Amino acid sequence: MEQYEPDSLSAAQVAAMRRSLTNGRAALTRRSLLRATGVGALTIGGVAGLGACGIPPAAREGDGPASTDFSAQEKRLSFSNWTQYIDISDDEKSRPSLEAFTARTGITVKYTEDINDNVEFFGKVKPQLAAGQDTGRDLICVTDWLAARIIRLGWAQKLDPANLPNAYANLSSQFRRPDWDPGRSYSYPWTGISTVIAYNKKATGGRKVDSVTQLLDDPRLKGRVAFLSEMRDSVGMTLIDMGKDPGKFTDADFDAAVGRLQKGVDTQQIRRFTGNDYTGDLAKGDLAACLAWAGDVIQLQADNPDIQFAIPAAGYITSSDNLLVPAKARHKTNAEKLIDYYYELPNAARLAAYINYVCPVDGVRDELAAIDPALASNTLILPDKAMAAKSRAFRSLTSAEETAYEEKFAKLIGA
Amino acid sequence: MTITDIPRAPEAPEAPPAAVRKSPARKRLVPYWLLLPGILWLLVFFALPMVYQASTSVQTGTLEQGFRVTWHFATYWDAFAEYWPQFVRSLVYAGTATALCLLLGYPLAYLIAFKAGRWRNLLLVLVIAPFFTSFLIRTLAWKTILADGGAVVGALDALHVLDVTNWLGWTQGDRVLATPMAVVCGLTYNFLPFMILPLYTSLERIDGRLHEAAKDLYASPATTFRKVTFPLSMPGVVSGTLLTFIPASGDYVNAELLGSTDTKMVGNVIQSQFLRVLDYPTAAALSFILMAIVLIMVTVYIRRAGTEDLV
Repeated sequence: MEQYEPDSLSAAQVAAMRRSLTNGRAALTRRSLLRATGVGALTIGGVAGLGACGIPPAAREGDGPASTDFSAQEKRLSFSNWTQYIDISDDEKSRPSLEAFTARTGITVKYTEDINDNVEFFGKVKPQLAAGQDTGRDLICVTDWLAARIIRLGWAQKLDPANLPNAYANLSSQFRRPDWDPGRSYSYPWTGISTVIAYNKKATGGRKVDSVTQLLDDPRLKGRVAFLSEMRDSVGMTLIDMGKDPGKFTDADFDAAVGRLQKGVDTQQIRRFTGNDYTGDLAKGDLAACLAWAGDVIQLQADNPDIQFAIPAAGYITSSDNLLVPAKARHKTNAEKLIDYYYELPNAARLAAYINYVCPVDGVRDELAAIDPALASNTLILPDKAMAAKSRAFRSLTSAEETAYEEKFAKLIGA
Repeated sequence: MTITDIPRAPEAPEAPPAAVRKSPARKRLVPYWLLLPGILWLLVFFALPMVYQASTSVQTGTLEQGFRVTWHFATYWDAFAEYWPQFVRSLVYAGTATALCLLLGYPLAYLIAFKAGRWRNLLLVLVIAPFFTSFLIRTLAWKTILADGGAVVGALDALHVLDVTNWLGWTQGDRVLATPMAVVCGLTYNFLPFMILPLYTSLERIDGRLHEAAKDLYASPATTFRKVTFPLSMPGVVSGTLLTFIPASGDYVNAELLGSTDTKMVGNVIQSQFLRVLDYPTAAALSFILMAIVLIMVTVYIRRAGTEDLV
């Protein structure tokens, strides 16, 4: 530092600089700054601060001050959803179904695509929910295990059936009684999700892959098989394949299923556990076969006819993404109106035709056929009776089970 | 350039009238006032989160019961005993990537600093250009580059490089993706600019006349590099390796997207404990252990490298 005397400064500036660097106690050295800052930080933080931190226990609904509904005064609604999970006009500037909702009800919708991942989203809203504060969101869309957790923690508001006549009437029976929200007091499905097996015909040499056993044991697929990094999908599908019901299994069953997957990892049959990024690998043929979400498969097929799917004879995992009103949200009635709106048949059909996920609304077939007959006959969007009979849901878990299982699954996937 | 070149400063600004002169105490405080925004920033976004995490790491509890500080220090030992392989792996991968960055980055920085001429600015822009796309997209691009049937893997296979890397355990069979090599490639690529830029800065500062002097004294180009260029570029080497190694050892994106179950790094464990398992104390303890390990390694390294002057 002391040799460095920039020549671009005026003489007075240079002199001033030298003075400030060398002038006795006024000199600010790096050491004195660090010392001062460190002492300050320790005083503020301190051991007392350490002890004072902590996360308060989750309050059941009713423990704290009740949520107040401002729907009548404030004709608006804030809706957080996943990316690409609603119809968009061709110029990508508007969302026709939401605009029609606003035109009819006068409720403006602030639609935010800020959910990319259940665990991350939970991490994001947890501090506010735990502190009993409004998250600024009136309606959120989360996968059922997270919906179950939020309801279990008392962080969701109970819905008023009087505001949900269409939803009540049209919800398809497959989705009516999840064990974590029987009778749908807190949640309604936005879409259903089928977890199936997808394979790339070119990569398998034209052969069909239609069971988890084949994924785990077929030597010709070695190193080109992927499972999902969602514990319920991967373990659930394996449980079904082992003849167990993912709706009621024991700890021992769970361990056996994880053990079976572990063997696949150890023998390098399984290449990776993936999130949504399996789609690219499968399309390229780096993956020959994998567990996949049905909505993705339909979109992959549109680009690449080699992509095929199979429903295992033993059954497959069904889950759903659910609309919930978080605790302390200000516009519950408005949110209920929006839920009900999407359970009207034409609106449900329009949504299903656009996003291609399982439609949780009964009686939508004719409306969907009017938009596109091919979609109406696609069992990945509207499961037929045979397929619906094979669907299984993963049972809800207690908090202790959830932690223990996630920990075992995390070990399996390497982290 | 030296102090003797500067004409004597006029007297007036040196000695302002006594009436305007500030009291010594206030004068002493001025630098701190100037630093106040920065210190506040550090307090709010660095010190407070650290205290919060330190507290989390000694708490116990569940989401339902809440977490309370119980001074449960055993979490640290349990976390380390459970996940030491991921720690070792992180350090090995980050170290390898840093070494590769240095090997790749030094010649390039040298070229830009001494040989590029009028192309210098263009080359610098090209070094930074990848930052205009997102980290994720850049990492995902490596999935295409290293695809199983792709040109790169085909060439490596034809040259029997894969036989060697398979034997070393870096790759598996005829693929590179989902192996340690893919993760190290991703890390090297993503952090290369952080190596090149500091190297360039310290190389560019070297006075060309020193090279002429070395030549006059009959030093060969190799000797010139060994005795003049490299020692003078040490600040760049040190800060480049730090800027590469520290973030690389905590990275989890490359291991997540390009790796497999046996390439997970400690960043992946922290993420999974925080978000999936909801074991906040273990996640916080792991973060602190990683920080301690990196701090110790960096301190030893800086002492050894013998420089306090980073760039």
